[in-house]
Amino acid sequence: MSKTKQRKDLPGGIITDIGSTARNKTGSWRTFKPVVNLEKCTGCGICEKFCPEGCITIQKVEGYDKPKCTINYDYCKGCLICMEECPFKVISSVVEEK
Amino acid sequence: MGIGLKQFAPGHRTCAGCGSAIVFRHVLEALGDDVIICQATGCMEVTTTPYPETSFKVPWIHVVFENAASVASGVKRSLKAQGNNHTRVVAMGGDGGMIDIGFGAVSGALERGEDIIIMVYDTEAYSNTGLQRSGGTPFGASTTTSPAGKKIPGKQEWKKNIAMIAVMHGAKYVATANPAFWADLQAKIKKAYKLEGGPRLIHIYSPCPVGWHVEPSKTIKVAKLAVETGLWMLYEVEEGKLKINYKPKEFKPVEDYFKLQGRFKHLLGRKDIMEKIESHVREWWETMEKVEKEGINLLKMI
Repeated sequence: MSKTKQRKDLPGGIITDIGSTARNKTGSWRTFKPVVNLEKCTGCGICEKFCPEGCITIQKVEGYDKPKCTINYDYCKGCLICMEECPFKVISSVVEEK
Repeated sequence: MGIGLKQFAPGHRTCAGCGSAIVFRHVLEALGDDVIICQATGCMEVTTTPYPETSFKVPWIHVVFENAASVASGVKRSLKAQGNNHTRVVAMGGDGGMIDIGFGAVSGALERGEDIIIMVYDTEAYSNTGLQRSGGTPFGASTTTSPAGKKIPGKQEWKKNIAMIAVMHGAKYVATANPAFWADLQAKIKKAYKLEGGPRLIHIYSPCPVGWHVEPSKTIKVAKLAVETGLWMLYEVEEGKLKINYKPKEFKPVEDYFKLQGRFKHLLGRKDIMEKIESHVREWWETMEKVEKEGINLLKMI
């Protein structure tokens, strides 16, 4: 989908800038930070299915042949569903430091 | 790329661990781009579209609590008049917007046989305003307007069954889904998308960790337990024929489900109430399995 900007010539209430909540980096809400043990991650993708923010992607990570779980910390709110649902228990949590 | 990111951007203001956000990701991914969404007021409207921002990347219109299904009907008819027969129109709302306040409009759209998809994400209470009791609230749950006290242990009425109400309107396709069974959820949305010429209603269980007093990390665990205890049945009704999609081999005790949630904590140790709920669930399953086994056409009941 093409990138759009908020138009000024339309009556109020119409938002043309689609997907614009992405400017709100919800990662600042986080108290606990999920950390993935890439050595043990099998890239099964269960965490990806259950992330409410959609900030988990299974993709190629440097140094590994298989795709692995990567977390976008810009948006991760630290709910830790990924840690709870990981069948191999390779995600752990640490207290966020800012 | 994360689930549904092409249709639904991150940065929305849902609470950490929001079950509805997981539901929306899967629903929007399954619907794809050729869709117009008419959404009633509710959690997922307030959190996703703080003006001038929106999480949605597909055409989306916000309407009041009462009339999401009516607006969707109008949009669909307008598209048809313009010769567009491919774009699907979806009315979305929570249990407040679709089961209670907007129920008249939902019932009307179902009765007129509008060519729309109605999607209900059921958080089992008015989560957006601080968890007041709704028609979707289950028996025994404590909410701010059905508080558990010494005499009355939470809500004393059973949950309103919107899926079967839709079937009794003669809806083309009705299904229930649960985010813990995401593949089943996506398949049902895709099926509703493909079918044409009548209303299709999907009723989706959406855990609300803040309102239900559940650990945010346990959202999916609770959703899975709802199915495994038999309290939430995954089924679909196509042209009046019922099909139960998942039958647990053995039902887990409802206590397992209740002890994870603060809204049921007053029921722990109340064997009488738990037995009442379990026997209600058992009888419900027996009836539904009988209907499925005998191939009863539910549309003949109308």
